[in-house]
Amino acid sequence: MRWMRLLVIALALGMCLGRSPAWAVQPDEMLSDPALEARARTLSRELRCMVCQNQSIDDSEAPLARDLRIIVRERLKAGDTDAQILQFVTSRYGEFVLLKPRFSWRTALLWLTPAILLVAGASGLALAARRRRAAAVEPVPLSRDEERRLQEIINR
Amino acid sequence: MIAEIGHFALVLALVLALLQSVVPLIGARKGDIHLMSVAGSTALAQFAFVATAFGALMTCYVQSDFSVLNVAENSHSAMPLIYRFTSVWGNHEGSMLLWVLILALFGALVALFGENIPAQLKANALAVQSWIATAFYLFILITSNPFLRLPDAPAEGRDLNPILQDLGLAIHPPLLYLGYVGFSITFSFAIAALIAGRIDAAWARWVRPWALAAWMFLTLGIAMGSYWAYYELGWGGWWFWDPVENASLLPWLAGTALLHSALVMEKREALKVWTILLAILTFSLSLIGTFLVRSGVLTSVHTFASDPTRGIFILAILVLFIGGSLALYAWRAPELKQGGLFAPISREGALVFNNLFLTTACATVFVGTLYPLMLEVLTGAKISVGAPFFNTTFGPLFLTLLLAVPFGPLLAWKRGDLLGAAQRLLAAAAVALLGVAAAFAFAGARSIFAPFAIGLALFVMAGAATDIFERSGFLRMPFKSVRSRLRGLPRSYFGTAVAHFGLGVTLLGIVCETNWGAERIVSLRPGETVAIRQYDFTFDDLVPRQGPNYSELMAHFTVRSGGRIIGTMQPAKRSFPSRQTATTEAALMNRGFSQLYLSLGDPNPDGSVTVRLYHKPLVLLIWLGAVVMVMGGALSLSDRRRRVGAPKPAKSPAKGALQAAE
Repeated sequence: MRWMRLLVIALALGMCLGRSPAWAVQPDEMLSDPALEARARTLSRELRCMVCQNQSIDDSEAPLARDLRIIVRERLKAGDTDAQILQFVTSRYGEFVLLKPRFSWRTALLWLTPAILLVAGASGLALAARRRRAAAVEPVPLSRDEERRLQEIINR
Repeated sequence: MIAEIGHFALVLALVLALLQSVVPLIGARKGDIHLMSVAGSTALAQFAFVATAFGALMTCYVQSDFSVLNVAENSHSAMPLIYRFTSVWGNHEGSMLLWVLILALFGALVALFGENIPAQLKANALAVQSWIATAFYLFILITSNPFLRLPDAPAEGRDLNPILQDLGLAIHPPLLYLGYVGFSITFSFAIAALIAGRIDAAWARWVRPWALAAWMFLTLGIAMGSYWAYYELGWGGWWFWDPVENASLLPWLAGTALLHSALVMEKREALKVWTILLAILTFSLSLIGTFLVRSGVLTSVHTFASDPTRGIFILAILVLFIGGSLALYAWRAPELKQGGLFAPISREGALVFNNLFLTTACATVFVGTLYPLMLEVLTGAKISVGAPFFNTTFGPLFLTLLLAVPFGPLLAWKRGDLLGAAQRLLAAAAVALLGVAAAFAFAGARSIFAPFAIGLALFVMAGAATDIFERSGFLRMPFKSVRSRLRGLPRSYFGTAVAHFGLGVTLLGIVCETNWGAERIVSLRPGETVAIRQYDFTFDDLVPRQGPNYSELMAHFTVRSGGRIIGTMQPAKRSFPSRQTATTEAALMNRGFSQLYLSLGDPNPDGSVTVRLYHKPLVLLIWLGAVVMVMGGALSLSDRRRRVGAPKPAKSPAKGALQAAE
């Protein structure tokens, strides 16, 4: 299905930009401090380009993504922490912008799926194993009558 | 005329499929061998007709017959011949035709090579296979007919989307579909077993080779697609956790679980009910993968609504097959008897552990992919679930699983010795620790996680080799007896070891690429040089060139390492006038298993050009690992003991003898 993805990307790019599927971050946006720039790139990968298909602003060529990248870098220069920046961007654009949704009642099922399944699966397996072992380990002993008949058959 | 032949052939295939859907079932019910054997002939004839239809469409493409709508929309007379072949499946209608072609191919293969399968099971399975085929033929004929004519043929076609004009399109979709559709066989056999209400270890024996073959194709298909996106999109990324990618990963995860649980079923008659469920789920996920992506529902609820006929048809097929099969499962599965007891610490236990983690990982990806859609439908709230989410959830699950991989094959069936297995893995653990230390020494303590991940990769690789080393008596015995002992080992042992080794190889590539890759983004003028790691790239010039159906700007870079020229790299930007779109052609240079990667941006007004340069250490291992896994699968498949479905030597033993042969 990868070619479908390529198609979708090509179409999205074609529609919202009319430009080539090149890549995003431009040299003029980048911060001179490599440590800050590295943080900017990491943050950018957590933020979604609002007008694209499942692309982070780090990957997207859309003008809106560029604006967001510049905002992130401005906040970084102003000395904000990563959490503050994510908070700032979320307050402006909503939860939709986060590629890793925050834990809330709405996303609880999403985040807990792996844990629930592992626990449920493991306990289910343990139960089944115990039940089966119980069924297997305690065979009903032969009655005296059966013993006698068995002996008869053996002796025959 | 040719298009009409294709159309007619497809209609005939539908008629045959309808026949095959019913007659063999009646035969199986009545025990009538003649009615049952109808399935074999119709399966072969179906394949012949679908192949005719496919050939007809391909002929239309090769001849550039633009009076056919599908050709006019997706081809161009100036397009190179190879892309005229591949553009047959570079669009929705044609790719559906490829899908049914492969479905019919698998049906025909079962008919041809399934002579050892009991007649009743085979008849039922082929009938189920035909239900799927019927649904798909109807879908194509009613909503996605590739043979429709245009009243006025245009002089020129609209061209294939440029991003698809690549060799990747020739290889990736057929491989992926061979994988997806291959799992239809295990599905059909599972349903057939449920219909008959009888299932035993022999069932797993017949089904496992098909599952293994499908898994191999799917693995290759996913890896190939990943490499294609890596070089074609020009971002240097190889996995994006995109819904479309997840759609192909889901059946892979379920299919991998199926392979392992079917092993337990074959050897120990345990996990029968679970294996049947996995067979149903794997193909269901393949269906979902094929369809949800097409219906557009994953990208947005609104795309779905814009083409309701297709969407509703798709939904109906999904509900019918997934819902129907699960209902049948719920009804019949309790009647199947469970067999084979085993202790928690045993080979079976290890395989159950594998299944638990694989299915949890699968469910995590499934829920993550569909959650935003469901949440929006139910509450109207819009959230995004992207790569960072999957990395935090899927990552730990898979790493835990990998840690357990070396232990599995070292545990005995029924009751294993975990401490003993751990002792036997001491050498592998030592290799891993050396790797951790080396990684820390090389890269410093910048990342704590990466060196340990390297250690894990080495542990998996060395652990995979451990069993073979021990069994061969390596280092303990003279070379000659080692060789003869190696020759005496069944191939499936090597298959397991090689496939597990491949997992480690892929992990190694992933860890190195993501943690120690280097990237630079710069604007360059001709004559300027930029350095990344020990490599210097000199931008020589930018030259316009003309291709068959595109024009391009190609940049020339001279690459030096330590002052010595090691080659040139030529990234380009192509523009395709027919679609008014452009593509980025990244330039790649292999340095061992590492790669240098150059991709070109747009020229700036001041005469400079923006360039993105990467050094990607050991990146090739990501895909090579997948190839190694497939080689493991092939080894296992070639094991004589497993070739139950394949033609056999003349004095082939009867069914009973086969089961006893183990």
